[in-house]
Amino acid sequence: MKILMNVPETVVADALRGMAAAHPELTVDVENRVIVRRDAPVEGKVALVSGGGSGHEPLHGGFVGPGMLSAACPGEVFTSPVPDQMVRAAAAVDSGAGVLFVVKNYTGDVLNFDMAAELAEDEGIQIAKVLVNDDVAVTDSLYTAGRRGTGATLFVEKIAGAAADEGQPLERVEAIARQVNEVSRSFGVALSACTTPAKGSPTFDLPPGELELGIGIHGEPGRERRAMMTSREIADFAVNAVLEDLSPRNPVLVLVNGMGATPLLELYGFNAEVQRVLAERGVAVARTLVGNYVTSLDMAGASVTLCQVDEELLRLWDAPVRTPGLRWGM
Amino acid sequence: MLDADFFRRWMTVTAASVDREAERLTALDSPIGDADHGSNLQRGFTAVTAALEKEAPDTPGAILILAGRQLISTVGGASGPLYGTLLRRTGKALGDAAEVDRAQLADALRAGVDAVMTLGGAAPGDKTMIDALVPAVDALGESFGAARNAAEHGALATIPLQARKGRASYLGERSIGHQDPGATSSALLIAGLAEAADE
Repeated sequence: MKILMNVPETVVADALRGMAAAHPELTVDVENRVIVRRDAPVEGKVALVSGGGSGHEPLHGGFVGPGMLSAACPGEVFTSPVPDQMVRAAAAVDSGAGVLFVVKNYTGDVLNFDMAAELAEDEGIQIAKVLVNDDVAVTDSLYTAGRRGTGATLFVEKIAGAAADEGQPLERVEAIARQVNEVSRSFGVALSACTTPAKGSPTFDLPPGELELGIGIHGEPGRERRAMMTSREIADFAVNAVLEDLSPRNPVLVLVNGMGATPLLELYGFNAEVQRVLAERGVAVARTLVGNYVTSLDMAGASVTLCQVDEELLRLWDAPVRTPGLRWGM
Repeated sequence: MLDADFFRRWMTVTAASVDREAERLTALDSPIGDADHGSNLQRGFTAVTAALEKEAPDTPGAILILAGRQLISTVGGASGPLYGTLLRRTGKALGDAAEVDRAQLADALRAGVDAVMTLGGAAPGDKTMIDALVPAVDALGESFGAARNAAEHGALATIPLQARKGRASYLGERSIGHQDPGATSSALLIAGLAEAADE
């Protein structure tokens, strides 16, 4: 597999240098691996810090900016960042109003953010945490590490970020973030495995003519393999899997998310099928976002995330945002 | 008796074996994980040996605490906090003694393994590093060689298990038939003890 890089050891640092050059509105500390909005700390406002392994871009670094994250900590590819990065990020963005850590539910992320929260609190920074675990493909939470955090991370970061931007206090921003996670569910499929720079070959073997249902975002195989399905069949399967677990009474936000190597042409076609299933199931759609937002390197495939919104969550979703990855209203 | 030189040697030979085995660890991490266990530990133990040289701690406890802190600060993922906690807690349990005997090391290592189980929530049989470490600590009272054999046996015994913790757990039954990378690297750490004792 060919990868556009110099050597595997520097892919994250190289990407950060490139990000710094493209986005002067961000402060990118390449050595310490922290991306911070340039105007941080914003006086009197709660700050949001997230982070995770690299390879999911634009998540999380591409969501740093007014109306969303205050800072992000990129780890090695598919590897949680270390506590030192998170503490540094929290110290850089805390205005005294406190910091919310947005943590995807993976063992590594949880352990490192827990350690970081303890260390940051020792430094006098007030920390709250929200765990994102929206992936319905993980059915047996008792005998696994629990549901994974995937597409809903974007909804949590955008909506809680807007609440923080409005000047809401830490407890409130945390409660909103938690609410968004609780009303969001995702399901993903892979048409191909992904290739990590360090390994240089696909992380699992997926023969032509087959697909993986219920994948995560780290190149791990899914729970089930089937003969290749049409976009229509995949949409039925994915949306029904989500709706088995979420019975929306209110309208939903829809995220049709590409895993990295699936063209927008295919994603829009898939979105048409997703909207058809939702209409058949009587689910009202408030807003739809289609694109590559929570990716898995060069994996082909897509995920569907639904987030049930009340008036307040919809207002916060519509609020202005200005980040490299998501931008409207300002 | 085991002095600071022994513990420094333990870390150095473990770093060397992680270097040698990095590709195999990453290969084991590919079917049931995300193919980076070898490179992550390699980065961590390189930092450990560099820090030991630079800061030159002079007691067994101080050496392991520094090593643990380096792993937490450089490895990331779940392995960083878990391996870091293992070494830090073991080091703390050794206190500031200039020398310890094998029985004291076994007790300290047990405290370290208990801390890892508390942090990660894994129990024996969950297909994790615990499956190599618990039998190794049990056998350490007997000899270093027995601990090494027990750890290697424990790592191999993860093959038929279904993972219940960590990223492999998402695979459900499909995790069966693969050797756990964390148990395998834990066996390297314990083999490092035996190698340090032989020199």
